[in-house]
Amino acid sequence: MTQPHATHVTPDTQDADGTPAGQDPQGTTPAHVPPADLRATLTAQLGQAARAWLDQALDEAAAHPGTHGPISVWELRLAEAGRRCGPAHADAARVLVMHAARADTDALTRVYTQGTADERRAVLHALPHLVPGPDALPLVEDALRTNDTRLVAAALGPYAARHLDAHQWRHAVLKCLFTGVPVDSVADLARRARGDDELARMLADYAAERTAADRTVPEDLHRVLALTESGRPAPGPADPHGKES
Amino acid sequence: MRIFDPHIHMTSRTTDDYEAMYTAGVRALVEPSFWLGQPRTSPASFRDYFDALLGWEPFRAAQYGIAHHCTIALNPKEANDPRCLPVLDELPRYLVKDRVVAVGEIGYDSMTPAEDTALATQLQLAADHGLPALVHTPHRDKLAGLRRTLDVVRESALPTERVLVDHLNETTVKEAKDSGAWLGFSVYPDTKMDEARMVALLREYGPDQVLVNSAADWGKSDPLKTRKVGDLMLAEGFTEDDVDRVLWRNPVAFYGLSGRLELDVTSGEATHEGNSILRGGE
Ligand SMILES: [Zn+2]
Repeated sequence: MTQPHATHVTPDTQDADGTPAGQDPQGTTPAHVPPADLRATLTAQLGQAARAWLDQALDEAAAHPGTHGPISVWELRLAEAGRRCGPAHADAARVLVMHAARADTDALTRVYTQGTADERRAVLHALPHLVPGPDALPLVEDALRTNDTRLVAAALGPYAARHLDAHQWRHAVLKCLFTGVPVDSVADLARRARGDDELARMLADYAAERTAADRTVPEDLHRVLALTESGRPAPGPADPHGKES
Repeated sequence: MRIFDPHIHMTSRTTDDYEAMYTAGVRALVEPSFWLGQPRTSPASFRDYFDALLGWEPFRAAQYGIAHHCTIALNPKEANDPRCLPVLDELPRYLVKDRVVAVGEIGYDSMTPAEDTALATQLQLAADHGLPALVHTPHRDKLAGLRRTLDVVRESALPTERVLVDHLNETTVKEAKDSGAWLGFSVYPDTKMDEARMVALLREYGPDQVLVNSAADWGKSDPLKTRKVGDLMLAEGFTEDDVDRVLWRNPVAFYGLSGRLELDVTSGEATHEGNSILRGGE
């Protein structure tokens, strides 16, 4: 495995309320799995040629991180990960390449901006592993402005759970309901929704609008509404530094 | 009938078209980069377009069960505008992307020196990136344009066997076939080819290395022309296997030269019941 670096963030091992992260329904996306585990799982699933490609790509990325010329070697590997590893494994492979290259916010921004939708999704999954503070929020905000449901879902991983402010987070949850993104995709949903009266109001208004138009209210809306009504008031976005080990 | 439309500009089409294409049997397509009707004035405008071909458009296609690929290039028309030319320097970073299956559309529009340079430069880029090239033939002065195109291809590092010459017709098919290039035919409502003439050419020249496309775009065009050609082929005595060869296996073979075809469609786990293309979740 590649050497860790100073700003490396280990993913949450448990939620704020003590629920093991493994019970998060989204817990299998690359955003939720520690890179070492991700690599072990991926290696076990890849065929021989893809495995050899991945090993070399990660070695290169670790040896030549940073920006070199118009396009760095590790960025080339990001671009071709889909055809090398297959679409099902591309997200994990790309997260591992970015992690091996110790990509910082500037590098991730460049990769995101110059990336295909698949590469952008992988950058979003990589954020919790690579960016300790809120610097990369503009990428999350960009993804939340799109109507690509795969990007919207990926944007709402653990990084957004930690850093997205309450207003944007509420609108993101509402957007999930509008566009059919399962709210299971929203990391830390229960903690952030708890006691959020403003979110409850927005959900109720949306339900009323659907009902007035003689349309069904999404099941997920009732689920989130129930979460807002449960337990103590929300503590707000988690302290980003408190979540690092 | 399974159909691969090897040349269609979906950016200009609606979701109704995607739905009708799926119903007609279209399961895969290639969207070549081209001009948008309104001339561009800067490389930034190209970047947004290329990003759409690698982002939003494949997402849209997947919602309708269709595998989307694209080709990337500076088109010949805009190669004549010095404001657009710098985009040539940015093509390499696009040509390494997954799902970019060729350099294209390149070729001639008015056969100017600027077009000569853009064509030669981009054929070299195709060779450098292990990609085939989609080369269209001009609308005006077509036969002379084809000859000049084939000359430039022969002088390039890209073997003619990795070139698809498109928008062929009765006057250009023979020389194109003799060159060893792949043969593309665009079937249009009024211009280019029609179904009956297409079937006649298939009878005369055979289905070898022949690709049929709708080239549908923002002009008067029909994204179901591929299916209509398939139907007429069957009505005129071609076998199901002939149709499958022309409408599926030939495009798969040509664009497969890139090593980047991905014909399985995953519409995105995130959208199990909703559909963001319909906006408000309706
Ligand atoms: Zn075209």
